[in-house]
Amino acid sequence: MNKPLRRIAIFCGLLTLALLVRTNWLQFVQADDLKEDPQNRRVAIQRYAQPRGNIVVDGKPVTGSTEVAGSDFKYKRTYKNGELWSPITGFASQRIGANQLEKLYDPVLTGDDDRLFFNRTIDMLTGKPKKGGNVVTTLNRKAQKAAFDGLGDKKGAVAAINPKTGAILALANKPSYDPSVFAGNSDKDAKAFQNLEKKKDPDDPMLNRALRQTYPPGSTFKVVTAAAGLESGDYDIDSKTDSEDPYRLPQSTTDLGNEGNNPACKNASVRVALQWSCNTVFAKMSNELGNKKMMEEAEKFGFNRDQDDNAQDTPVRPAPSVYPKDNRPQNAMAGIGQASNRATPLQMAMVTAAIANDGKLMKPYMVDQLVAPNLNVIDQTKPKELSQPVSPENAQKLQSAMETVVEKGTGTSGKISGVTVGGKTGTAQHGENNKDNPYAWFISYAKTDDGSPVAVAVVVESSDTLRSDIAGGKLAAPIAKSVMEAVLDGKK
Amino acid sequence: MSSNLTNTGSNTTVSSGGLPSRRNTELAMLVFAVIVPVFAYANVGLAMDDKLPSGMLGYGAGLALLAAVGHLVVRRYAPYADPLLLPLATLLNGLGLVLIWRLDQSERLQTRAESLFGQFTPDAPKQLMYSAIGLALFVAILMVIKDHRILQRYTYISMAVGLVLLIMPMFFPPVNGARIWVNIGPINLQPGEFVKIILAIFFAGYLMVKRDALALASRRFMGLYLPRGRDLGPILVVWALSLMILVFETDLGTSLLFFGLFVVMLYVATERTSWIVFGLLLSAGGAAVVATFEPHVQDRVQAWLHPFAKETMAQSDQIAQSLWAFGSGGVLGSGWGQGNSDLIGFAANSDFILATVGEEMGLTGMMAILIIYGLIVERGIRVSLAARDPFGKLLAVGLSSAFGLQVFVVAGGVMGLIPLTGMTMPFLAAGGSSVLANWALIGILLRISDTARRPAPSPAPSTDAEMTQVVRPS
Repeated sequence: MNKPLRRIAIFCGLLTLALLVRTNWLQFVQADDLKEDPQNRRVAIQRYAQPRGNIVVDGKPVTGSTEVAGSDFKYKRTYKNGELWSPITGFASQRIGANQLEKLYDPVLTGDDDRLFFNRTIDMLTGKPKKGGNVVTTLNRKAQKAAFDGLGDKKGAVAAINPKTGAILALANKPSYDPSVFAGNSDKDAKAFQNLEKKKDPDDPMLNRALRQTYPPGSTFKVVTAAAGLESGDYDIDSKTDSEDPYRLPQSTTDLGNEGNNPACKNASVRVALQWSCNTVFAKMSNELGNKKMMEEAEKFGFNRDQDDNAQDTPVRPAPSVYPKDNRPQNAMAGIGQASNRATPLQMAMVTAAIANDGKLMKPYMVDQLVAPNLNVIDQTKPKELSQPVSPENAQKLQSAMETVVEKGTGTSGKISGVTVGGKTGTAQHGENNKDNPYAWFISYAKTDDGSPVAVAVVVESSDTLRSDIAGGKLAAPIAKSVMEAVLDGKK
Repeated sequence: MSSNLTNTGSNTTVSSGGLPSRRNTELAMLVFAVIVPVFAYANVGLAMDDKLPSGMLGYGAGLALLAAVGHLVVRRYAPYADPLLLPLATLLNGLGLVLIWRLDQSERLQTRAESLFGQFTPDAPKQLMYSAIGLALFVAILMVIKDHRILQRYTYISMAVGLVLLIMPMFFPPVNGARIWVNIGPINLQPGEFVKIILAIFFAGYLMVKRDALALASRRFMGLYLPRGRDLGPILVVWALSLMILVFETDLGTSLLFFGLFVVMLYVATERTSWIVFGLLLSAGGAAVVATFEPHVQDRVQAWLHPFAKETMAQSDQIAQSLWAFGSGGVLGSGWGQGNSDLIGFAANSDFILATVGEEMGLTGMMAILIIYGLIVERGIRVSLAARDPFGKLLAVGLSSAFGLQVFVVAGGVMGLIPLTGMTMPFLAAGGSSVLANWALIGILLRISDTARRPAPSPAPSTDAEMTQVVRPS
């Protein structure tokens, strides 16, 4: 019987060998795949095992971390004044995941970034827990607060940029949300998130209006049309435009008039047309320049970007603004910011900033530095020029016209004593046959001796105010003014 | 301890020369088998609470006492027994206790038990009690059964008892999809654990008698010796029985174990490869047929093939959790008490206990544990090789290969090598039936090995060899 016994011994040895091979396969060959499988809860446990790095505004964090009792996800995110800062931070929820800066800089914030390898190794060797790095933003605390408070209970958004660098100074939304309420992993957090979703809350508080919502820009777009006109060489800032009032749209029987039938609009110069926001002049100008030239100019300002084009990543990617390819009557209407013309508040802030920066458009950005836990700077954003939509001379002409708007035109409520301010109002109609309340716009910049430190775009969505009251100058301009003042105060 | 025996040359087939009893080797290894789990116990406490566990002294003393009793009884009643089996079993039992205690500390499992059953009861104290009872059974076997050949008398009684135990779970409600439990009042038994020993006794007794008929009366066909139709009877009966277990008790593991056990013993008894071929064909065919209509088996196969698929996870994420635990352990493991293998939830400290070894002790620990199991099996087969009587040979190889198959089926299932079946890891896993049955198994193996290595009785004493005396205990 011993021969089969020896064979059985070998067989049992092979069974053991199979198990040994399998355990080597699992724990050596496949170990990393299994260990890092996103479905493996250990990945999340590890991730929340230490406090997360912070997002910093003006040297102080706007985020924090707190220990959660009774959960294997030890630390959860907290936000200081979450509603104010959520358009920048986004959220980091154990249950839902993350977005915006929280997501894009997740490796830095958790400490897993390759650039933190040295810190991590030192911490590991000295037995200290892993630490996350910080994300330092370009935001201006006072400007952000002015924007947020200025919007009050009204729906809308504010975007403010430093024209010289493209650094974003304010990015405010109303309504907004506090990402703290769903930062954890409980069912309560899931419920809180659901309640904020558009399905439950039609006001859509989690929509980042300043970056991701496009509106018809209305009359604020006239500065782009004016820029196209000046750049074409066919128009100058103070020469008459030979335009009738009312203006009959091309290939159409529709007559376009002006707000309050302002007599100054007839045959007005570009400056006067901007001053009184004359539809007739700019619709005619857009028509004479043609759809192609209008599109080209708008694109130089940043319109018509591809969905997946990363040129304007702040690093959060804004929704693309659109100047449409269209027929002549629609193109004429697009020239005054109506028809299918759509822009984000950030886009209009970029238009303003480019003009204020003597025609040079800087890439907008909101992250200044990435800082290691030991305060070493591991990344520093350098301002980058995107394009030159207008020549310096034309830009200065446009500036002087926009300053006229604030000095003695529709935008007087944006005036700041002792400071040069240029601006443009807008009242964009929307809804079928204009039955919805219009959007009130205001774009403006302030100028000091060494150039312009701030350009801002404000949009206030439909409010209960009477239609006649909703002109951008009345609703939006005071908000822009307080944001500019906040930035200027900081400069002093 | 050893007897100095002069070989007179009359019994040349079996060496009766002065074999050392090797009890001192066993004692030395038992010291390690106690110290290693005690250190592990301390390690868990330090890792989880930053202090030595309060029960450490009691635990260490308890394990040492079990080992000491085991050793003394072997020294007294089976002095020539294999020196490795007792230390290896003690080591596994000790590590199992630590693993169960470590999982008792898991907040996740505590919360889980509270939400499911209203309260949480730690398993480690129970397991310590079962270990004591198991060792008592081991002691009883060595004391009562002076010679394993006594068991041969109970061949057909074993068959009857084995069949009853096998069929019993059919009359009790299934637990988690498999009918492997017998619940009588407060006692919950897994008869399958005991049946493997009882059936091994039956098979050994039966095959010892029938082996010649099975081996010799056969026709040669294409290089294989085909058994006669009437000799196929027993194998078909066992095959049908294991299929019935599979169908009515939905217990893949047990049916595989019994059929495998029978085929191995048949092969050893008859020395005919054809039995293996038949066995494999029958089991593969049977399993394939059952799988076509038994949803429980299909689910297990699907879960094995696609452990991370959405459908599988929706039913149970056990295998996925187990694989993640192994992978996350890597080469060196997270260290005692620092893993998350408790995410497995149900059966984390029984069927899936190996995942905790894998995560917390890593590849290194897994290889060590698997080699310990492999050593037990190979020592068991070594006992079989050394045994002098066919019944002892068959019984030893049957018990060892049943143990080996069970380890393979459980470990392979937990590691995703083969479909998962509901069986426990011998000695490591929490569960009274398993601990008792496996201590009994080790006891019987020790008894056979003692008989095998015991110096042979001397030939009829002759007057001129008065000095030659067999020194036999008891």
